[in-house]
Formats: sequence, C-alpha cells, structure tokens
Amino acid sequence: MTGRRFDAMVIGGGLVGSAIAWGLRREGLSVALLDEGDAAYRASRGNFGLVWVQSKGLGAPWYQRWTRQSAESWAELANDLAKQTGQSLGLAQTGGMHLCLSDQEMKDRQARMEQMKREAGNYGFDYRMLDAREAREMLPGLGPAVVGASFTPYDGHVSPLALLRSLHHSFTALGGVYLPNVKITGIATAPRNFLLNTNLGTIQAERAVLAAGLGNAALAQHFGLKAPVRPQRGQVLVTERARAALPMPTTTIRQTGEGSIMLGDSAEEVGFDTRQSQPVMAEIAHRAALSFPWIGKLNVVRAWSALRVMSPDGLPIYDQSETLPGAFTANCHSGVTLAAAHGKLLAPMIARGALDPFLAPFSAGRF
Amino acid sequence: MFRTRPDHRPETVQVFVEGRSLMVPEGSSAAAAILIAGLPAMRETPVTGSPRLAWCMMGICFDCLAEIDGVANRQACMVPVAAGMRIARQHGAREVRR
Amino acid sequence: MNLVPVSSPQAPRKFDLAIVGAGPAGMAAALTAREFGLSVLVVDENPAPGGQVFRAGELAGADPALARDMAPGLELIARFRALDISYRPGTTLWMLEPDTGALSLARQGETMDVTAERILLATGAQERPVPMPGWTLPGVMSAGAAQIALKTAGIVPSGKVVLAGQGPLMWLLANQLIRAGVMPVLVETRTQPILRTALEQGGIFSGFEQLAKGIGLILRARQAGMRVISGARHLRAEGSARVQALRFEGGVEPCDTLLLHEGVIPSTHISMAIGLEHGWDARQLCWRPKLDVFGASSHARIAVAGDGAVIGGWQAAVAAGQLAGLDAAMRLGRLSLDDRDFRAEASADALLQARALRPFLDALYAPSQEILAPPEESTIICRCEEVTAGSLRWAAAIGATGPNQAKAYLRCGMGPCQGRLCGPTVAAIIAETRAMSVEEVGHFRPRAPYKPITVQELAGAHQRAGGVS
Repeated sequence: MTGRRFDAMVIGGGLVGSAIAWGLRREGLSVALLDEGDAAYRASRGNFGLVWVQSKGLGAPWYQRWTRQSAESWAELANDLAKQTGQSLGLAQTGGMHLCLSDQEMKDRQARMEQMKREAGNYGFDYRMLDAREAREMLPGLGPAVVGASFTPYDGHVSPLALLRSLHHSFTALGGVYLPNVKITGIATAPRNFLLNTNLGTIQAERAVLAAGLGNAALAQHFGLKAPVRPQRGQVLVTERARAALPMPTTTIRQTGEGSIMLGDSAEEVGFDTRQSQPVMAEIAHRAALSFPWIGKLNVVRAWSALRVMSPDGLPIYDQSETLPGAFTANCHSGVTLAAAHGKLLAPMIARGALDPFLAPFSAGRF
Repeated sequence: MFRTRPDHRPETVQVFVEGRSLMVPEGSSAAAAILIAGLPAMRETPVTGSPRLAWCMMGICFDCLAEIDGVANRQACMVPVAAGMRIARQHGAREVRR
Repeated sequence: MNLVPVSSPQAPRKFDLAIVGAGPAGMAAALTAREFGLSVLVVDENPAPGGQVFRAGELAGADPALARDMAPGLELIARFRALDISYRPGTTLWMLEPDTGALSLARQGETMDVTAERILLATGAQERPVPMPGWTLPGVMSAGAAQIALKTAGIVPSGKVVLAGQGPLMWLLANQLIRAGVMPVLVETRTQPILRTALEQGGIFSGFEQLAKGIGLILRARQAGMRVISGARHLRAEGSARVQALRFEGGVEPCDTLLLHEGVIPSTHISMAIGLEHGWDARQLCWRPKLDVFGASSHARIAVAGDGAVIGGWQAAVAAGQLAGLDAAMRLGRLSLDDRDFRAEASADALLQARALRPFLDALYAPSQEILAPPEESTIICRCEEVTAGSLRWAAAIGATGPNQAKAYLRCGMGPCQGRLCGPTVAAIIAETRAMSVEEVGHFRPRAPYKPITVQELAGAHQRAGGVS
C-alpha cells in the first residue's frame, strides 16, 4: 500500500479515534484509521464502562453540558451501531448512584450535586440525595456501611469492549480503512495537507485527527498543536459471572450484561507503569465489600491496570491547529461516555473544518 | 464415567455427590468423586448452558467448577475430598445471595 | 518439616528463597538450597509433593499400574519431606511482585503475604490444547487428566476408551491403563516417520536409555493387544449429551471416554504475568522465558526451572532445579561464583543428558496445523467463553492483530482460566488468518490474581496492611 490519499486520517484506534473516524465516515469522507499493535497501552481496553454524568464537570459547566449531550445521544449511537453490526452494546441508562460511606461524605456530595445543578442553569440537573433506606430499596444488598447516595437519572453503563469492536466493525463496513500495526516513521505537514511515512507506505490526507491518547503528547507538536496529557493509572477488578443482582451502576461498581461485577477503580500517579499493585487491589476489594457485603463472596477472575489519559485539569482537549488548519486534537479520559459526542457531534465539525465555538473552552490554549 | 480399583486404592472417604452418599479413595479430588459418581456433567456453562465435565484435572481449564460445601464455582479438581464433603453441580452463572 | 498454618502469627514471613511448585524442579532446588543453609519456602497448589509426574506418589507408589513409573520420584519426595523448610501444600500463589519480592498466597480461604530475596518459578508444564469439533463434550478429557485421576484416586475410565493424538505420554498412559485393567484403542495423529526423524534429529545415542524406555512402552502396549490406528486426520468428537464416538478421515471409533493429547508446553501464566522476557520456541511451538543456564530470568530476583522453563521431562527438571538452587546460594552470598560453577558441572551434564532426545521427540510429535489452528469454524477455542474458531478468524480479519485485541473483541481468554487453555490456539488462528508468524502475533498478557480469589480474601490483604476497616 503506497501513497494512499484520504479526506481524513485519524491517528489512534482507541475509543476516541474510532468514534471520530466512524463519524467522519458517516459524513461521507474517505477515512483512514491508524492504530497501534496488540500491545498498545490502549486505555479503551481498560475502561470501566460507565456512561456517567453526575461526577463530570464540577466548576466547568461546558464539560457538564458536553457530557450530558453525549449521554443524551448515546441511545442513538448504540442503535446505529447495532443496526450495522448486529451486536448489542448492552447499553442501560438506568440512572446511577454514588454511594456515601459517612455523613460527611453525604454532606460533601450534596454540596457537589447542588453546585452541579446551579452550574447547569437553564439546562437543568435532576438529582436526588437518597437516605440509606431509599438507596437500599433501589439497590438491594447495600451494606450497613452505606449511609446514603446521590442519584441522577442521566447515568448508565455499556460494554466498552463491545463498543470498541462495534466501532471498528461498523467503520470498516461503511468503507473506512482500518490500519492496525502502523508505525509512523516520518511526518510532513502543510495546511490541509498531511503526509505520514509509515511501515505500510505513505498516507496522505486533508485532515489529520490526533486521537492517540498518551501518544498525542509527543505527536501534537508536529501539527502545531499541544496536548499536555499524562498517564494516570487505574486498576479494576472483575468477578466471575453472577446472576443479575445489580439493577443500576454506582460510580465504582457495576454488573455487566454478561453477569460479571466490575469493581473500580484507582487513580494513581505512577507514570507509564501498567503493573498492578496488590495494596490498591485490596483497597478496591475492601471498599466493594463494604458497599455490598455479598460481593465479598464472589471470585475475582480478572483484574487489570490501565492508563487514563489525563490533562492538567482533567477535562478533555479539543483543538484545531492555528498554524496547520485541518489538524485536530482529541484527548479525554471518558472515551465511553463521550463516544456519542465524538461520533455524532465532534466528527461533523471536523468534517466541516471548524470546531463549534462552544468547544473553545476545551482548547489546550488554557494551559 | 470412571470406576475405582478398591484392591489397590480402598474407598475410605465418605462424600455426598448431589446428595448421594459415596465412598471414594483417599487422595481423590472432588472432581474425581464426580467422575466416580458418574454424573453426566459437573456444570453447565454460564454462556450457553452446555454441559461440561473436567478437561485437565490439574487446575488449568476451570471446566470442573462445582459447588463444594456450599461454595459455588470452586475448581473441583484442586479440592481434595474430606469426610462429609458435599459436592454439587454448578448450574450456569453463580447465584447471589443478598 | 515446618507446618505452621498459613495465617499463624508465628509463621515466618521472610525467606531467602521462595519456590513456586513442588514438582521435581522445585523439590531439587529446595534440597540444594538447604545444603547451603538458605531459608526456603515452597508453595504448591497440590496437596502433596511430586508435581504432575509424581503426583500423589506417596499414595500411588504401591499401585501396580503406576509403581514402576513412580519409583524414581519416591526417594526425591522422601528427601524433600525430610527438609527443614516451610512447605505449604494446597496453597495458591495469586500474585507476585518481583521488584519487592512479595508473594501473595491463599489457602482454604485465608490469604497471606510473604517476601523472599529470590524466587524460583517451578510451575511445570501443561498439555497443549487439542481443539477439535466436539472436544467440549462430557467424556472428552486430556490424556493427562486421566493419568492424574489414576494417580490421585486410582480410578480408570469405564467402558470403551479411545486415546487420540500423539506424544510420549500417550504410550505411557496406554501402558498404565492396560496395567490397571483397561484396554484402550490408540488413534495416533503422528505424521512424521520415526526412522527418518531419528536420523535427522540425532540424540538417539546419548538419549538411548530414554529411547529404549519409549520403545519398550510401544512394544508392551502392542504385545498386550492394544489396537493402534496410525496417521489419523480430521478428528472430531461426536455425541449429543456426551461423547459417543471419535470420527476421523476413513474411520470411526465408538467410545465412552475420549482422551486427547498433543504434547505439553511450559505453563508460562505467572512468568508472563510478571513481565519476564519470553521467546518463541519454534521447535517446541511454545513461548518460554528467556533464561541463562542457571535458570536466571530477565528479572534480577526471579529464576525459572523445570518444564515451566523448557520441556525436558523430570530428569532435566531435577538438574535445572539443582542449578537454580546453586545460583540462589551464590546470589545470597553462601557460595562463591567459582564454587557455584564447580558444583554445577554434574547437574549441567545431567541436564544435557536428559535433554538429548528432545529434538527427536519434538520433531517426531510436532502437532499438525489442524490441531494448532482448527479449520472448522464451529470449533470452540475458548472453552470458558465459548468463542469459536470462526469468530476468531472474523476478528483477525477486521483488525485484531494479536490475542489481546481479539480478547477485547470476543471475550476469548476472559473466563476463569484467564486464557491458559485458549492462548496458544487464539494466537495460531490470528497468525494463520493475517499471514503473520505466531511470534509476531504475540500472546495474552496475564494478570493477577493468577487464580480466582474472593473479593473478601483480597480485601483481607487490605486489612492486614493496616487499612481502615
């Protein structure tokens, strides 16, 4: 494959890149999706799978809004993908809870939810603080350590791996060109003209979308962009399959469509280190068993650690290069929640060649 | 289905397989006891419900998952029998007692 | 013998050498390490020492079906039993942190953390998967499984027994079953000619003793009247609720129990999980850790010995265990480098001798491509999550270039066995579909816990560490 030209190339085949590439293809562009090999860091493979609103965007209403928009578009995304691939993503937007284990936590949570509501303004933000009894009625089996919870109806969950597979599958079925195992050996840039030398030959496109996760940090400078992202390690435990027991997810515990219960998750500043740490795993298990004592009896059959892609303020980065128009960055640590926004809202903007003004606060110029 | 050879390995340990009393040789695993009992399957898979018996008997394959002394999803081949042990089939995904 | 319960407060928590596995390599390493005064911990999943080859040797040693094969192990087991070490049978290592030397153990619902200056993985081999249509039917087992059942419980399959596949273990098991009063039929899948392979690979003179033993097994089984069908291809297990027959090109054998075997490969689950460097062994068609002659790995604290390092059989494992024991003594300052090398010569010679016949055996019993990457689409590859060969080919075609991406797409390797069983086949199918080498395709990245432990057990580690409860 030498010298192929596309309307757009997306660098990075994780959830962010795949959703954008899928959306660009649906806009009618010819698209190449460039991916790494099997051993990539691939935060998408470590995702917890929440479509989550209630903890996103405190003090940054534009992020709350973006997250809400994505959650509202999610059912449509899941439908589109299922129609194309025949695979269900197991999306369940049941609402979700954040459990509080002390009165102080409850007070802090309430203050946080109230601020979210204030910042939501006319957009509205429905939340309820549940006392222990109410929470227990909605989530049977909550332990005595749980004193209450916050609930919002916007939250839900989905299989992140089914999402990744469906995006790749659908993108390919729509005529997109998925190229795994790509190694970039050279980059040549001009406004609206980008050329990569790779192990698979040269790839040229009018638009270049940098969605390489942590890889963006080094890649961005070649495109007149910046992406000051760092790795943040998260560890997750997964139990054996159990019969349906959890009607809705919490911030750190959810039951998958297959029946496994996922227990999350840590936030560790350890650099590019994907090793597991026993004390952290034990802490996750401890908290899970406090929240739901019956989970204590289940076997942990899998666990992993993966690297979140974090910006300095934890919010996404979206930019178009000023010096090299046509080059875009997309970075976030919520590849699942924001998949609908990326595929259905962001991709059309990139196709048109301009990000909507309401995304301006996400520019890396803020750092 | 497996049979014992009591001349060489006497049946000295009483266990209960699906509630039925059974004498098995010392050193047997719970999986071996199920083979001796002649159950048609140890478990049904949680994915399609297909029946399984042990494949490897050495802790690799997890096809011998069974409920042992009330604890679900144990690797029966890795659990040596003990007097009075209760061994039962694992039916699909684990039941949760909240 | 130190038999303090795992959770006992006086149980020691720090060791010079921790050995994972009480098979020939682990036992030999413990014996050698004790000669130099190292404090030794041996953890083993099985209830008694011996590994798989001498499994339950103390119980099965007098069984006439097994006595002659168990005899060489009994002395080793007795010497091991007499050692002043911490020996923890029935204990699972569920996590290992090489940098700190921390081992997380579980035994009967209790967990415990210990540390060791040096750690030897002697986790042995596992049978290569033998995927074919119908291999998940009840009544289809690996040949090794039947042998373990015979060793641990003295039991044999009732009714018609068919052995299918190839390898030295098939003939050994056939003899043991015959001695135990079961006459199996052997359907052999071997494609390589014996004589030409022997001439090409050599080793038949230095490996003469083993060769003679192997030929003896073949002759005795045939003399006893065992029917052997050679060169069988396109095998499939048939039956509705249970296996009823083995079908192959040109024939069908009714059976009540079908025992499959296509050789053994190192158990690399833990060595891969802790990130040791591995290399693809093109001769034995398996991954194995990269090691020096003493078994030292790419991590300064970790060594690997026995069939978990490279398939060589129990005599090679004993020699490799001794070498690892000497190296541990040297690294911990109990033995000079020169003394280690001097002492190592006998074991190194024994290792060479024990491995002499391997090239011949590996070539003779090389599994065919239809076993490595089953062609029939409906064949189940991942037994836990019931992922088929067909869906794996699809995943490879849409872009899974390796097992970890295939796992993300299809859930293969996500069940409780964590890909131990399907790993080799998943990689082989991706390699075939994408026209890559298995080496390029890579392998699953296993993670702790290496064996399932309950959330409560895991939480126990938090409380031990002084966490808030």
